[in-house]
Amino acid sequence: MTETGLQAEALPAEPATVAPERDLFDKFAPLIAERQALLDSGVRDPFGIVMEEVKSPTVAVIKGRETILLGTYNYMGMTFDPDVIAAGKQAFDRFGSGTNGSRALNGTFHDHMEVEQALRDFYGMSGAIVFSTGYQANLGVISAIAGKGEYIILDADSHASIYDGCAMGNAEIVRFRHNSVEDLDKRLGRLPKEPGKLVVLEGVYSMLGDIAPLKEMVAVAKKHGAMVLVDEAHSMGFFGPNGRGVYEDQELEDQVDFVIGTFSKSVGTVGGFCVSNHPKFEILRFVCRPYIFTASLPPAVVASATASIRKLMHAKDKRAQLWANTRQLHGGLKQLGFRLPTDTPESAIVAVILDDQETAVRMWHGLLEAGLYVNVARPPATPAGMFLLRCSVCAEHTPEQMAKVIAMFEAAGRATGVIA
Amino acid sequence: MSDRDSIFDTVKAQIEPFNKKGVTVTEATTFQGDLEWDSLTVMDFVAAIEDEFDIIITMNMQAEIETVGQLADAVAKLKN
Repeated sequence: MTETGLQAEALPAEPATVAPERDLFDKFAPLIAERQALLDSGVRDPFGIVMEEVKSPTVAVIKGRETILLGTYNYMGMTFDPDVIAAGKQAFDRFGSGTNGSRALNGTFHDHMEVEQALRDFYGMSGAIVFSTGYQANLGVISAIAGKGEYIILDADSHASIYDGCAMGNAEIVRFRHNSVEDLDKRLGRLPKEPGKLVVLEGVYSMLGDIAPLKEMVAVAKKHGAMVLVDEAHSMGFFGPNGRGVYEDQELEDQVDFVIGTFSKSVGTVGGFCVSNHPKFEILRFVCRPYIFTASLPPAVVASATASIRKLMHAKDKRAQLWANTRQLHGGLKQLGFRLPTDTPESAIVAVILDDQETAVRMWHGLLEAGLYVNVARPPATPAGMFLLRCSVCAEHTPEQMAKVIAMFEAAGRATGVIA
Repeated sequence: MSDRDSIFDTVKAQIEPFNKKGVTVTEATTFQGDLEWDSLTVMDFVAAIEDEFDIIITMNMQAEIETVGQLADAVAKLKN
């Protein structure tokens, strides 16, 4: 009764030079066959897209064709912001192309300190620690703060980085049904009172784009004496009065112990972070292995991130445009008769539910041929075995682009028989 | 009927709604090999068992459980 699905297998440091009697790759045979069958059906590989040219946050060239991007996490469209690019160029010139080392040793430069200060200012918190990716932030923080004999209680639909953080640590792992306050309460109630507990939640769940009832969940967690970590990767910049996330939108600023975020979505570079008001927060720099045993981000990346974060503090117009675009897309697709997981646009992710992989990929292919890129998502990444075409909206999409996108969905939906 | 027997029967009854292949369930039936459950089915089933017996089966424990008999043993232990 083990966790199944697509899981990274450890590779030997020095592979044998002769083929072993039993090929370790035999276990991948079903997946290889499934992929081959998919490609043999004549569609393009949904997991092999190459952006030959990127013209703006919303347009790229794929296979020579200008394509609208509706499947990136570039929510606030910061990747081509002139100030963000200028800050990166300046850091390149002043500090070189890389750090050649760990944050804990030689890899902390001026700009790493600056970006952590920008995060403290953005979130109004006393502590900020930057990791090399958002994945590593979850991996490091979750595996470090809950130890042997302690408990992590997580939502069943949690992101892989949260599951992997649990697997890497030594805590006891308990999961509850997605977004069920009652289920969380019941499970916390069954645990022994004494040991430390960490409840891990996400503001926005990235597959279906639904948001968590954080207010109720955090209240339940606190009732049982648990600390709370919220991953706000998909909400930064456009939820809450200061764009801090769903937890701010639901007025939980003094209730959430740790917030995890990323630079690779709204911020528009790469990197991850944890912010907190915990008085002993800084010790994490000495106990998070994914913080210590990896190289720090290049100076240009963190300098760009600093410029972006500071601009996101005041990005009221972008935020308004992002929500307007999201409403336009959600409303348009719903009106066409597509099956959407949420009745209203809860986040900047709008997913379309399809019956099977073949339909999903055929429709995805049709959209791509028409000049639109969206994500295909499939189990085990998706909950309840769903196949999704997932759109993530950008503040830089124009209403005209959105109208075009909806028309493309209509054509591809009819061609594949998804809508009548 | 002993406690262990009644636990086994209850577990068996809880398996049925998830037993799409109609496998005859014995002590030795495996969840992955015989019932061919994916991770999502396992998750729903574990939640159902937890609620039925008012216990917690951590993911750490789940990793050690392969057969229906082992699950019944674990439930018997957790109930005490």
